[in-house]
Amino acid sequence: MALSAEESGRLAALLSGNAERVTQRWTEIIAGSLRGRLSQAELRRQVQDLHHAIVSTGEQGAIDLPAENATELRATLSELSRGRARQGFSATETAISIFALKDVVAELVEEAGGDNKLRDYVAYSGLIDELGLFTFESFVRTRESLIADQAEQLLELSTPVVKLWEGVVAVPLVGTLDSARAQVVMERLLQTLVDTGSPYAIIDITGVPAVDTQVAQHILKTVVAARLMGADCIISGIRPQIAQTIVALGIEFGDIATKASLADALRHVLRLTGVETARRQPRRDA
Amino acid sequence: MTAGVDLGPQAQAIRSDEDVVRVRQLVRAVAVAVKLSLVDQTKVVTAASELARNTLVYGGGGSVEVTTVDNGRRRGVQIVFVDSGPGIPDLDLAFTDGYTTGGGLGLGLSGARRLVDDFHIDTSAETGTRITVTKWSR
Repeated sequence: MALSAEESGRLAALLSGNAERVTQRWTEIIAGSLRGRLSQAELRRQVQDLHHAIVSTGEQGAIDLPAENATELRATLSELSRGRARQGFSATETAISIFALKDVVAELVEEAGGDNKLRDYVAYSGLIDELGLFTFESFVRTRESLIADQAEQLLELSTPVVKLWEGVVAVPLVGTLDSARAQVVMERLLQTLVDTGSPYAIIDITGVPAVDTQVAQHILKTVVAARLMGADCIISGIRPQIAQTIVALGIEFGDIATKASLADALRHVLRLTGVETARRQPRRDA
Repeated sequence: MTAGVDLGPQAQAIRSDEDVVRVRQLVRAVAVAVKLSLVDQTKVVTAASELARNTLVYGGGGSVEVTTVDNGRRRGVQIVFVDSGPGIPDLDLAFTDGYTTGGGLGLGLSGARRLVDDFHIDTSAETGTRITVTKWSR
């Protein structure tokens, strides 16, 4: 809902004529809704930026948000909502920062009086709605990109390959093993096998809540790939309920060694490599 | 139901891999609520995972409804998978262990039938596929 050049000019004049009072009241209203989660100084700076953007756009002619001359205004609004989204404010708390201007404008229009009082206010408030909705949209966009980033980070986080012993690496799988994660796991494992020259890998599925045929297939493929590179894989962390489910499903692990716990798997590998573990004799003091 | 654990029927659309995860979580929550043992919880969740993935991959997406059922003696979880895909032309072949048209292990459908207590399937090329499974508490 674009304002005409004349209306825009009047709005700009109204806002710039009472600059100090507008920013003061505007800041107060926002501060009330955010309940002190943002400092007054920061709020005041944001409000001044917005105020400046609206006034300077209005002075140049008609305020039409999608238009060329409103670039600065759009940038200011986007910056505000990006900041709010990153700081964990809700969509409402973001939009209210703009809608608060309505109350300020209402007071000013009321005082200014004149014949066009109501018509002006309706036009201004239409514009403010549009500004508010714009922040809402950029807020959602920022949040979506944050979520996408987090999903990517999670993918990275949840697939560490750790070295357990000389020549033994382990992958503790946690959560859902979908195709994307299975691919990451396989790549990491195979790369680590090369980098460390390890002949043994342990895949631990203690943290995988359900092993269905897709998960099993991903694990089997990883084991086969590791074997092609000359490494032996052991699957550990098979809990009783998982074992029974695998049997009922009819999944065959063939000649792949499987163990109930990571400790069993490590002991198994150490035995294969000829490492002896023994308890130290307690020393007796004479 | 007198206790506050009755969850009522719960529906979930199956449109993506993430939805398959949601189906698993939903089924697990209901299985816990009707006090299935840990083994039975895992079995019914795994069966739901297989069938939900079949709905997605072969049925082109669909929906699932999870309800608690009570036959007077025992409580259980009932899950209905519905899609409007091409149906399954040869059921006997589809239930053969190791048979797959999609590059999987070929154990999902037959395995799911072994994991639950009751398994009922209606399929046709016109109406798609509807699978109803039930797991009872012991």
